Amino acid sequence: MATGTAGAVARRAPPGAVFAVRELRFWLTDYRRTWRGSIFSSLLTPLLFLGAMGLGLGTLVNARGDASIGGVSYLTFLAPGLLAATAMTTAVEESTYPVLASVKWVKTYQAATASPLRPADVFHGHMLFVALRLTMNCAIFLAVAAALGAVRSPWALAAVPVAVLTGITFNAVIEAWAITRTKDTSFAVIFRFGMIPLFLFSATFFPITQLPGWLRPVAYVTPLWHGAALCRSLSLGTATPGGALIHVGYLAGLAAVGVAAGNRTYRRRLYV
Amino acid sequence: MSAEPLIRARALVKRFGDFIAVDRIDFEVYRGEAFGFLGPNGAGKSSTMRMIGCVSPPSGGELSILGLDPVAAGPLIRARLGVVPQEDTLDLELTVRENLLVYGRYFGLSRELIRERTARLLDFVQLSDRARDQVEPLSGGMKRRLTIARSLINDPEIMLMDEPTTGLDPQARHAVWDRLFRLKQQGVTLILTTHYMDEAEQLCDRLVVMDRGKIAAEGSPRELIERYSTPEVLELRFEPDRHQVAAEKLASVPAERREVLADRILLYVTDGDDTLAAVRALGLEPLTSLVRRSTLEDVFLRLTGRRLED
Repeated sequence: MATGTAGAVARRAPPGAVFAVRELRFWLTDYRRTWRGSIFSSLLTPLLFLGAMGLGLGTLVNARGDASIGGVSYLTFLAPGLLAATAMTTAVEESTYPVLASVKWVKTYQAATASPLRPADVFHGHMLFVALRLTMNCAIFLAVAAALGAVRSPWALAAVPVAVLTGITFNAVIEAWAITRTKDTSFAVIFRFGMIPLFLFSATFFPITQLPGWLRPVAYVTPLWHGAALCRSLSLGTATPGGALIHVGYLAGLAAVGVAAGNRTYRRRLYV
Repeated sequence: MSAEPLIRARALVKRFGDFIAVDRIDFEVYRGEAFGFLGPNGAGKSSTMRMIGCVSPPSGGELSILGLDPVAAGPLIRARLGVVPQEDTLDLELTVRENLLVYGRYFGLSRELIRERTARLLDFVQLSDRARDQVEPLSGGMKRRLTIARSLINDPEIMLMDEPTTGLDPQARHAVWDRLFRLKQQGVTLILTTHYMDEAEQLCDRLVVMDRGKIAAEGSPRELIERYSTPEVLELRFEPDRHQVAAEKLASVPAERREVLADRILLYVTDGDDTLAAVRALGLEPLTSLVRRSTLEDVFLRLTGRRLED
């Protein structure tokens, strides 16, 4: 027989990473038929914002002086914030409906767990796919921003992995929660009352110092603020190692909590 | 049959909160046999299948599959299983062939091997001409056959099939049975659940009758019928207003057992024609009468007092 199934039976299962990559390849096969439309639709909104706010509204902001935004043009201020925010929105979309579709509507998760893959492998494989999508979207967005002259430092290249980490943090936490849902009604709530306020008030469009004093601590604990702040300092060339470490540490820590939670919730949903 | 069972369960239990879905069942499955779980919906068949498929940890008792512990060695066991779930889990957006490709990759098979097997398996389930088509518009029977082909991509030693033909029309069911019968001929161990007695009779070498989480009886279809029923059954139907009166009068007709159902009266006898003559001799003229051989449905009725399909 041609396979390992009959003659030599495997005595030990391959490590989880191998299984996660198998799940990633499933998502890539699916993505092959939709990637063009998907890149277009996830970049259209942020690029419209970049044009309307950065170039349009930006001329008004620039006319009032640039002291409050660090002495740069509004477009330059805005672009890295939007980069992080774009990573968040893509990640949140990818972590909600596709999860419920995979576990409930099409049951591709169940197809995978009938094979050697375990629930955690399915979860990690989906995260790998999201990370890949985020990398692509963020790289394209940064290239457009750079072409518009909105980037001041070569360190901006490092803003791509930071934005991807920001997205992955949201991805881990929200997927861990989405897999526990049986209906999609709560997703709209997340979009309206979670994602949009974060999008508007986490230093994407204006510095956090413009917020009322009591609101600032709230911004400090949101992952998007950490992502946007670090992307901005990298893009402007003002990042410090200490600051970067705090932001990355915060995001990575939260992502780790999300992964740990997701390992449990995926198992509970798929191994009943 | 080898002496070592492929699957062995002892006092196996599955609990969901306070509800006991599987209640201390014992069974063994041997290499090369077709083994069935027959029972109505909610009997605990699917819960048992999911435990064997290593996607549902047992709540108690022992379960060994291919000599391994399903909780500790899930990936190793599943690598050697082919699973046809109750509801198809095909990727509707992908083509027939892509579904097999994706699935083969889950098992870590090379592209080349998958391509080679895909050709053979699509031929086996008679879907070769649909290889490039998207799955969504395929008929229910075609999707089911594709699910079967997909479950064979890893050349499994054991096939687990949860209600393989539920929801299919008679023609599509026969097409599936035909394929499963061929698999059995090839020596694949088949384990299936069904609430169709004809499916169990056609496909299973040996089966257990399940009811409310417990195993009510075990044996080959023929053994079960011989043990729990009579060679023939006389089915009588009367006008609704005469039904009860007729049932009382029939008490004087000799029969090993009688079942008064809502719409029919069943007499379990050795010779149905003789009994029908005796019924007529009493002056009872049924609307319709039917003499037939006993089936697993009668076994189930005898064991549980209820019918399989309701």
